[in-house]
Amino acid sequence: MAKALDTKDAREAKPPRGSADSSNNSGDSIAAMLDANGVLTAEAERAANISDEELRTLYRLMVVSRRLDQEGLNLQRQGELGLWGPYAGHEAAQVGAAMAMAPTDWIFPYYRDFAMAVCRGIDPGAIMTIFRGLTHGAWNPNEYRFAPFIIPVGTQVPHAVGFALGCKLDHDDTAVLVGFGEGATSTGDWHEAMNFAAVFNVPLVFLCENNQWAISVPMRQQVSGRIADRAAGYGFPGVRVDGTDVLTVYAVVRAAADRARRGEGPYLVEALTYRTQAHTTSDDPTRYRTEADVEPWKSKDPIRRCAERLQARNAFDDAFAQAVSEEAEQRALAMRQHLLSAQTPHPASAFDLVFANPPESLLREKAEFIEALEPERGE
Amino acid sequence: MRTIAYRDALREAIREEMRRDERVYILGEDIAGYGGTYSVTKGLFEEFGAKRVKDTPLAEEVIAGAAIGSAIGGLRPIAELMTANFSLLASDQIINSLAKFHYMFGGQSKLPVVIRMPGGGGAQRGAQHSQMLETMYAHIPGLKVVMPATPYDAKGMLKSAIRDDDPVLFIEHELLYSVKGEVPDEGEEYTVPLNRGIVRREGTDVTIVTFSRMVHLSLQAAEELAKEGIQAEVIDLRSVRPIDLDLVLDSLRKTNRVVVAEEGWKYYGTGQGLAALIYEYGFDYLDAPIGHVAGKDVPMPYSKPLEQAALPTRDDIIAAVKAIVPAPAGAGAGA
Ligand SMILES: Cc1ncc(C[n+]2csc(CCOP(=O)(O)OP(=O)(O)O)c2C)c(N)n1
Ligand SMILES: [Mg+2]
Repeated sequence: MAKALDTKDAREAKPPRGSADSSNNSGDSIAAMLDANGVLTAEAERAANISDEELRTLYRLMVVSRRLDQEGLNLQRQGELGLWGPYAGHEAAQVGAAMAMAPTDWIFPYYRDFAMAVCRGIDPGAIMTIFRGLTHGAWNPNEYRFAPFIIPVGTQVPHAVGFALGCKLDHDDTAVLVGFGEGATSTGDWHEAMNFAAVFNVPLVFLCENNQWAISVPMRQQVSGRIADRAAGYGFPGVRVDGTDVLTVYAVVRAAADRARRGEGPYLVEALTYRTQAHTTSDDPTRYRTEADVEPWKSKDPIRRCAERLQARNAFDDAFAQAVSEEAEQRALAMRQHLLSAQTPHPASAFDLVFANPPESLLREKAEFIEALEPERGE
Repeated sequence: MRTIAYRDALREAIREEMRRDERVYILGEDIAGYGGTYSVTKGLFEEFGAKRVKDTPLAEEVIAGAAIGSAIGGLRPIAELMTANFSLLASDQIINSLAKFHYMFGGQSKLPVVIRMPGGGGAQRGAQHSQMLETMYAHIPGLKVVMPATPYDAKGMLKSAIRDDDPVLFIEHELLYSVKGEVPDEGEEYTVPLNRGIVRREGTDVTIVTFSRMVHLSLQAAEELAKEGIQAEVIDLRSVRPIDLDLVLDSLRKTNRVVVAEEGWKYYGTGQGLAALIYEYGFDYLDAPIGHVAGKDVPMPYSKPLEQAALPTRDDIIAAVKAIVPAPAGAGAGA
């Protein structure tokens, strides 16, 4: 994207939409990849042709992500971070989806998508400097094709639609992935963006990380019916997948991204999982749920499930598990060291970057601020 | 020089910039074949086609949000919101995303987004369709908010806004679209900066600081006042954010009196903010309290006589000036 817009065939008609069967999922070949539990069928697994090595990479990234999540929690508990939003339980959805996208594709994450950033090759220590309040932009979005985390729920979804629209205007074969929780699907932004994406037939994969809680609000109070089914109302297909099975998420999102790249439009993937931890470190989940609620989901741990898949393929042994866990330890340590050695920014840098071309009034305010700091510095 | 209408000046700016830079595209409701609710985009669809002139679904949040996303991807969108009143639906995207992403992205993504919208009353559009909301946006760090009053500035500032790497809210006025004014011939390239006001009329007795449609009423008021021997200087701010305070203070040093004239509401608005800045930085030069002409403190009535009562008038400006400017020597004798 970001090439010039081509106006050669500017007046081409839009493909006809809204035909009788365009909202009918029955012909959806992606849905056909799944069994009744939303798990990739054996046949679809063979067809997807995902190598043992690919699956081992997914496993490795999930183990590393889980360890980094634990380290984030540790750092917060030790007073080194203001806030941490654990993503344990989301590893399969985040790693599977992020790795399914081509490196040239773009990802618009939501605040919990830390593992996606790790998959994109962004240094976890650098990401953590945001959570410690040491920087605004820890990575260049254009370099990693990964937009920054946003806080107002759902607002990144229109951005992803606009970005994908730009890809289309540019005749680019970039596809875009946008992540969000099930709570976000109640927002106006989400619904408007779903419609917009459908009308403009943009190359966008919507990934709902349905962890069944929006802070204290359970899914049944958030949504009536299935989120995946909502896509049909907008005129494009969607599926609910087992979001704890990384192989399924990977295969389905990859198929959806390929489909988008072929010009066949948006796709909604609802990855059903569970938030096994608190919403964030400021939350106490015992106020609204019990251990018994969480228990059944522990058996669906994404990492264990991936290990089982690898074992079934004879592609998992102790040496591999050991090496992965050592890598995870090492990366957690590196993240901690990066974070704790990062410089505290000068207070006056608060004035920087409000604008690309700042007005004189702001520059003046900054100069006054620095002047007021000066006597203290002399002491 | 030619004389053309404000809406035509806007259209020329968009057309010239779209020809100059293929990354510029426009999106909004009814802007393609229909040519825009106020006919600003007429003919652009025919020239640039459906790829670069995008009629969107009726969804202001996503019009603004999609403009932001495409700008992150390197395009330079111009979003048209049918009126400022409906921009409230897009205000989360404008305030929480557009204004903050350059900052939050560590300066690594530029947001060259222009959002155009008309505000203002006087056309009997009722309470939900007549508001001046620039104050809301001008309050927010990270946004530039401009409100040109003439066709010349409309064209020159829109071109600057499109070329600017920062988000610009470009607020027009429903009653300005048909106003005519001199604009250089087509092909004669010019731009107008986004951070400079202009002295529309020189004077020595009082400075009227204003913007948008009130510029024209202020100039009329100044003509009337001149007949009575009061020479008013009229400053058109053109941009309400950033605000060209130096120009205002320079004028104040000469006249020692200021009237702020705006169409929007008085409380916590642009005019009050401006007055506070003048008190803060120009107090020593003031010989009288700052006069403030603003809209009445009511939702805009639909009824014509009530709407006229609610809107600030030329005579309100004259009265505000007279309240702080001593009667000229000799004036009033025999009146
Ligand atoms: C527009 C908006 N409203 C409310 C909030 C406060 N809030 C932060 S996260 C959250 C729950 C979101 O749940 P969900 O979308 O399911 O994502 P999850 O946190 O479960 O991953 C809420 C209500 C917010 N950030 N933005
Ligand atoms: Mg949730």
